[in-house]
Amino acid sequence: MKFQIEDVTVYFPYDHIYPEQYSYMLDLKRALDAKGHCLLEMPTGTGKTIALLSLITSYALCKPSNPVKLLYCTRTVHEMEKTLAELRRLHKYQLDHLGPAARILAIGLSSRKNLCINPSVVTAENRDSVDAACRKLTASWVRALAAENPRVPTCEFFEGFEKAGSDGVLPPGVYTLQVIGMFVDFDGFVVFGYEFGDSVALDLRAFGKEKGWCPYFLARHMVQFANVVVYSYQYLLDPKVAGIISKEMQRESVVVFDEAHNIDNVCIEALSVSVRSQTLEGATRNLNKMSQEVESYFVIGRFKATDAGRLRAEYNRLVEGLAQRGNLPISDTWLSNPALPDDIVKEAVPGNIRRAEHFLSVLRRLVQYLKGRLQTENVEKEGPVAFVASINAQVGIDQKMLRFCYDRLHSLMLTLEITDTDEFLHIQTICDFATLVGTYTRGFSLIIEPFDERMPNIPDPVLQLSCHDASLAIKPVFERFQTVVITSGTLSPIDLYPRLLNFNPVVSRSFTMSLTRDCICPMVLTRGSDQLPVSTKYDMRTDEGVERNYGKLLLEMVSIVPDGVVCFFVSYSYMDGIVNSWNEKGILKEIMQHKLVFIETQDVVETTLALDNYRKACDCGRGAVFFSVARGKVAEGIDFDRHYGRLVIMFGVPFQYTLSRILGARLEYLRETFQIKEGDFLTFDALRQAAQCVGRVIRSKADYGMMIFADKRYSRHDKRSKLPGWILSHLRDAHLNLSTDMAAHIAREFLRKMAQPYDKSGGSGRKTLLSQEDLEKMENGSLGEMF
Amino acid sequence: MVDGKVIKRAKHKSTIKDPGTPGILEMTEDRFIFTPHNPKSSPSLNVLFRLIKGHRFTKEGTKQALLNLTHEQGGSYIFEFENFSDRNVCKEFVGHQCCELQKLHKQFVLGGVLTEAEFWATRKKLLNGDTSKVTRQRAGFKSALLSDVKPSADGRSNRVTFNLTPEIIHQIFAEKPAVHRAYLKFVPNKMTEKDFWTKYCRAEYLHSTKNAVAAAAEAAEDEELAVFLKHDDVWASEARHKIRRVDPTLDMEADEGDDYIHLPDHGMSRDGSDYATDSQYDEYRRSLSQVLNRHGAVVLEGRSIDVELGDTRSVAEALARSKQVELANGASDGMVNQERLERISQLAEIEDLQASRDLPLAPLFIKDPREYFDSQQANAIKTLGDTLAGTRQIKCSLSTSEAYGSLRERISEVKISGLGDPIVKPVIAFKVFDGLTQNIKSNKYQRGKNPQESVLDGLPKITKEELLLHWTSIEELLKHFWSSYPITTSYLYVKVRRLKDAMSQIYPKLQEIKESVQSDCRHQVSLLVQPMLQALDAAFAHYDADLQKRTAKSGDRPNGFV
Repeated sequence: MKFQIEDVTVYFPYDHIYPEQYSYMLDLKRALDAKGHCLLEMPTGTGKTIALLSLITSYALCKPSNPVKLLYCTRTVHEMEKTLAELRRLHKYQLDHLGPAARILAIGLSSRKNLCINPSVVTAENRDSVDAACRKLTASWVRALAAENPRVPTCEFFEGFEKAGSDGVLPPGVYTLQVIGMFVDFDGFVVFGYEFGDSVALDLRAFGKEKGWCPYFLARHMVQFANVVVYSYQYLLDPKVAGIISKEMQRESVVVFDEAHNIDNVCIEALSVSVRSQTLEGATRNLNKMSQEVESYFVIGRFKATDAGRLRAEYNRLVEGLAQRGNLPISDTWLSNPALPDDIVKEAVPGNIRRAEHFLSVLRRLVQYLKGRLQTENVEKEGPVAFVASINAQVGIDQKMLRFCYDRLHSLMLTLEITDTDEFLHIQTICDFATLVGTYTRGFSLIIEPFDERMPNIPDPVLQLSCHDASLAIKPVFERFQTVVITSGTLSPIDLYPRLLNFNPVVSRSFTMSLTRDCICPMVLTRGSDQLPVSTKYDMRTDEGVERNYGKLLLEMVSIVPDGVVCFFVSYSYMDGIVNSWNEKGILKEIMQHKLVFIETQDVVETTLALDNYRKACDCGRGAVFFSVARGKVAEGIDFDRHYGRLVIMFGVPFQYTLSRILGARLEYLRETFQIKEGDFLTFDALRQAAQCVGRVIRSKADYGMMIFADKRYSRHDKRSKLPGWILSHLRDAHLNLSTDMAAHIAREFLRKMAQPYDKSGGSGRKTLLSQEDLEKMENGSLGEMF
Repeated sequence: MVDGKVIKRAKHKSTIKDPGTPGILEMTEDRFIFTPHNPKSSPSLNVLFRLIKGHRFTKEGTKQALLNLTHEQGGSYIFEFENFSDRNVCKEFVGHQCCELQKLHKQFVLGGVLTEAEFWATRKKLLNGDTSKVTRQRAGFKSALLSDVKPSADGRSNRVTFNLTPEIIHQIFAEKPAVHRAYLKFVPNKMTEKDFWTKYCRAEYLHSTKNAVAAAAEAAEDEELAVFLKHDDVWASEARHKIRRVDPTLDMEADEGDDYIHLPDHGMSRDGSDYATDSQYDEYRRSLSQVLNRHGAVVLEGRSIDVELGDTRSVAEALARSKQVELANGASDGMVNQERLERISQLAEIEDLQASRDLPLAPLFIKDPREYFDSQQANAIKTLGDTLAGTRQIKCSLSTSEAYGSLRERISEVKISGLGDPIVKPVIAFKVFDGLTQNIKSNKYQRGKNPQESVLDGLPKITKEELLLHWTSIEELLKHFWSSYPITTSYLYVKVRRLKDAMSQIYPKLQEIKESVQSDCRHQVSLLVQPMLQALDAAFAHYDADLQKRTAKSGDRPNGFV
């Protein structure tokens, strides 16, 4: 459908629209007009993504003189794929209506691991080895060597891309990473890709293969020209990555952070580093290797004079103050400076680390010092200032030298022409640490723990530099781009985020959900089948009775609920414990008579396969239960919509591990800086995770699902009230204090009710589905009636 | 079951509790014969299947493998077999005896109307359909975990007993490919099967104690034992293979590849989400979650081999073969990709914002099509006969100008009086509809609304069966009859004559039925018989017409050409 929002004609690829989508677009449009930031909370299952995409692309189409660019950030790669799939649909619709004028270029950007098509590279085990394997074939010096000696291997795809030069561009279209894209050229031409009915799949990798161009470098090159770029949060928030990828984005961009309820955590993580004894050992090995290289340049005559000359040239460059060596070839770039762009010093590298051997000895002393600090038997906590002072006093490295560590190392690695970067991760970690600790004086703290609190007899010392201030990492984003949209299904309380992230939104709004029927059914279960309270409170969680009650609850539910059931636990260790206990009690066996059981583990490959099998089991009617962990990877990004999740059970309240010292330090910082009380923050954090977990069951209003919060603490007002409004409004008073048998009864009733046919448009009362006609009527003045 | 004959050893029992007389049971096409070993003990039996009206049998796994054949005139023959597979063979044989096809075959082929080849030629298609259905539903793996095969201790000594059945072994092979590989490698060259499983059980026992250190120590001493104790590397490599085919919207491995925050030692650690383990013994630790996930995957995949469980070696080899096939299929998964594409693009849509792609139509379901269409046909003929013909006379041969004139007349008529909105007047439409369904309605009225009950059920049982039998035989004969035209060879000529004779034999029988039934059902029966008679009449008419033409022609060709 096509409609007007003020002066913008919006193209929306469906016949109907939810009223909240319309008002969401309205607010978004006002934020774009005001060139300011905005904060929008809208329940899951109301089509946020498509509303965002269709408004922003339509906005750009309406203002062709100064089109805005969209930088769409997702948390995970599979969300990227989903977003691109929706965008592709939208784009097709716009092409149908506007013809070639609507053509845009939209790409998803990911790492080499996900984009590489060179079979000898992409089979490498992990991301870092793929990066290194690529660098071994594409680094500028390797290619220079290959030009002289044809036996030196290079990457045919990269060479192909280089050879294409300025012709190496992507034609307009929406490109996905894998093979899920479809696209019809506006004049019906099948350009390339997989034929698929009357349309064609546009996939970066397929395109790369077809042309013989490297898709990774092609995508990185095209990022500057694309109208829509979809990538991960880190490509904007983590200075190490953003420094390379996002530095050339123009100001007239709209940045969207979708599913942004955890954005503060991403921000602080982007600036945190930890050092373990393994890191230090690895760093020592790296240093030895580099020293050998440097010595061999001078001492043994086995290298040509040019090698020694290279080191000398580097020295001269550093004297001139060129720590950042201007424009590197695209293939030589490596992770960038860990500090934020504004904080990086633009001056000459201090004299005492200009010479390679001097710099290496500084690093040696630093590593030695850190080793000494790790040998402590007590927990130590200090600020960066005290720590830097102590380094200076003991090993004579001052703050300025620390700040330059990253750039100096990077320069040396390039000079030494190191391509196996994955081998040198340890020393890079140390330099990242040094640069951060030398750059920031507040908002950070250093914590040294000799062992894990839960396993005091296993020594495992760790030194952590943790950032507490989420506003640091996101500040450059707010400053550089004219509009930043932060949106999610759970941003409650919505006034907390501007404080945490330190910005002033021009629009800040929480939308409710207009439901055609009560398709969500939240319940709070406080008692088990024996009427005893259930909880994961520390003193109760290992209680046999609680474990059995939880097991009985699940057993009861799997026998009632069709297809998929998802369970969330508060932590991996708790999940392992309770599943083992269910196994021993025989409850698991009974559960398996109804549904297959799959579990999230720390191994991503295994978890991915488990999820895939879970879906298969739901598809074929066998039915399955998925056990997962709140705050885990599954809870963060996997949808359990439709028959993939008819019921979610949240076992317990997912509080953070409160004995963690880092959390303690962060809470302290929040209290002092933002006057946020510890308890409030912890509850807020736990409840947003819980809401996030249960919110994965709904995808649209035609969908339905139940949510059980199984812990007696949810019945307390201070906890419950932190849940987002769209859940609270469906939480009836009668459902606040249930036992297992009552919950089972409610579940049966609910499922029976949901199975009946219903009127999608909402019948005679409030309209929950608007057609183009309705919208036109609304424009003619009767807008007030609708909302 | 070779050549329609089954011979099995069995005991004949007069009652279930009777110990029974041992002997030989022989089943042929039309009868079964029981010959006791000791001819003096009891007389032998020789019963026609025609007289058997049903059979019952005991469930597999119960104490006795019994087959109970019920005689038409009451009484029954109980046979006990030595095992269930013997019993099943006989059971199936008896089952076959009762089917419709068998009856037809007996009637026409044995009766000499049709030859064996002719009879089956029209049923080739049946066979095609059957081969696709031959992949019978196979029992899958049990939902219960393998770890439910718990060691049992007798409590008095230190002995621990494991119980492995062929089914469990199959499941072990499927869930633990490393064990499967080891079996193919070690047995029987390096160790006997018994030793192999003893080692396996030892490893299982060590796992059940959850003592990774002890497991590591034992594994260090015995490299074969280590295979069972260590992590399953085959599964891991298969997993890497499988992950390429996973739905990209689930692929969390791709996320990891894109996550530069969690470089080693970057980001937050020790925030309660992870917990340290001593990596040295990690290899020997087995987590329940891993076991559960693998079990789920294997159960979903289902049983891929069709080998009799029991011989472990052949099971292992069959499994290895099916894996290879799977691997080969995995290489060419273009189709899979397309399906995936289609699914994902559908998943991306919000379903209730647009009209659904294919309207959910309930398929038409008529409980008893025979009842519906038969009565319809009778009606149609009736209406054709008395209503239409009476009201308007129809001119069949028209000239062009006449047709044109008539059309013009119509047009001017419409112009004057205007076009009535419903082209067919509701009153007339209702009348037609009413007429067509009158019979159904009246039946419904008489029988009540019970859908189970049909006209046929209202008739005496014998009449009903006879009617059905005639109907199927007429169908069969007509099929052959019409397919023989045009007659091109003398063979067909003979065949048609044979068929015509057979049909004319049925004709009087139908009349007989019509007359034999009581007056209150006579109307119903005649309605049912009517279409059969009409079909036969049509065939006869065609036969006569053809014969006439033929004789007329043969006059022209005196050399005896048929």
